Amino acid sequence: MNQTWVQLAYLAAALCFVLALKGLSSPKFARRGNALGAIGATIAVVVTLVAEDFDHMPAILVAIAIGTVFGVPAARRVQMTAMPQLVALFNGVGGGAAAIVALVEFLSAGQDAGFGELTASAFTVLVGSMSFSGSVITFLKLQGLMTSRPVVFPGMQVLLPLTALVSVGLAGAVIGTQSISMIYALAAVSLLLGVLFVLPVGGADVPIVISLLNAATGVAVAASGFVLDNVLLLIAGTLVGASGTLLTLLMAKAMGRPIGSTLFGALSGSSSLGGGEASDRPVKSLGPSDVAVMLAYAERVVIVPGYGLAVAQAQGALKELVDLLGERGVEVSYGIHPVAGRMPGHMNVLLAEANVPYEQLKEMDEINPELPATDVALVVGANDVVNPAARTPGTPISGMPIINVDQAQSVVFLKRSMRPGFAGIENELLFDPKTQLLFGDAKDTLSQTVTALKSL
Amino acid sequence: MDGVALLTIFVLSIFVGFEVVSKVSTILHTPLMSGANAIHGVILVGAIIVAGHADTGVELWLGLVAIVMATVNMVGGFVVTDRMLQMFRPRQSAAKGSDA
Repeated sequence: MNQTWVQLAYLAAALCFVLALKGLSSPKFARRGNALGAIGATIAVVVTLVAEDFDHMPAILVAIAIGTVFGVPAARRVQMTAMPQLVALFNGVGGGAAAIVALVEFLSAGQDAGFGELTASAFTVLVGSMSFSGSVITFLKLQGLMTSRPVVFPGMQVLLPLTALVSVGLAGAVIGTQSISMIYALAAVSLLLGVLFVLPVGGADVPIVISLLNAATGVAVAASGFVLDNVLLLIAGTLVGASGTLLTLLMAKAMGRPIGSTLFGALSGSSSLGGGEASDRPVKSLGPSDVAVMLAYAERVVIVPGYGLAVAQAQGALKELVDLLGERGVEVSYGIHPVAGRMPGHMNVLLAEANVPYEQLKEMDEINPELPATDVALVVGANDVVNPAARTPGTPISGMPIINVDQAQSVVFLKRSMRPGFAGIENELLFDPKTQLLFGDAKDTLSQTVTALKSL
Repeated sequence: MDGVALLTIFVLSIFVGFEVVSKVSTILHTPLMSGANAIHGVILVGAIIVAGHADTGVELWLGLVAIVMATVNMVGGFVVTDRMLQMFRPRQSAAKGSDA
């Protein structure tokens, strides 16, 4: 195939990627945007396959088939609650692929490579490997295969920067000596760096790290574009790197967490992550049947779902409760905090999956004016997003917008325990006279409430 | 292509990348991240090129591993993003559906 046509096809693919990102930023065009991205990627791959008379063509096609056989069912079957870790895993293999591409190009080009290409190769191997191992740790944390709490061990404050310095040093050695053993060493140390980088991050901050590693893989792909002299990889990687960086900052802002304390908070000992102790101050607790009565005789109920709902997979039970209340003429709506769930927007996905009608879902700014006229605010597995401490300065969540459930006539919390939320600060609202708590797994307590409600 | 041309494309792409997502609403953060994640799966192009030029067994095997990984990233990424977005039905059509 003529090289000009290849470049034009790459241009078309690059345009598709720009429009895909643009579409994904607006609710109306998001799905079309994603489809456009897929079209662009398909164009790019097909054109690459036919552009040159490659060796090993059967093996290449088999490898693509194997990747598809792994990727598609995983993406189709994954539970929506498990989706963040799948995205992390996909991001990891992408980063790993970029690192390997640069490594193989280094092995084959050898002595012919110029300074620019060598620098780009070393950079791609470093960032790609780090993104790979970091994403794998993120996956293990979210999948519950290791603790989701920050992991810090003595000496980590020294080891992390030291590892970073060694990997930069090895990258310099790769560029200077063009030694093959040096680039393998660089890959190994970068893998370690990714692990050390993600270990101290825990809880609600993990999604921000996924987004950051996503941007990192984008940057690695862009650098591989320099290595291979391939414009499409350069453009696509840079687009993802830039938009991913901005998205990471937007996410951190929506969660009210500065990016620095997100990443290194646990290391400096000033972690504000879910380490808090359970308080032994007295609270008012009640049983499922009490909750059923309260809700059944209320006029207006607002439900504030949070991370705990997602963990307990209780969205189905919650919808059943809301439907029963609706039949009794109780006016029910959901107040969705922008960062409820595991990632921004995650709660909307979870509730939509449980077939909750879209018009019952109200965003924070929409629901807040309605709360003073609300009889019962039912908080299901949420804590920080309703913590009035956000309004007072000097707390880890100060300035974060919250849902003002404290303005409702009465508040019921469904909670597993008195453990504070991810921000690790106590919620004064739990001790308020108008607040009552129903302890237990949200799915169990909601089902019991439904049963109690049916027998009323 | 010479280095300066690549650098030009690189710098312009940074600005485009920032610009296109600057107005994203919070509820789309997760699908946007997932879609962007799928787009960098286009590293598959690079993996095909290095595997197709492989001279030694090591290069070929590494290249094929990269192809498998990149394909998982790209194909899986677009499919999972589409599944997420299926959940977002537009407000209007949802309202019509419940009226009917």
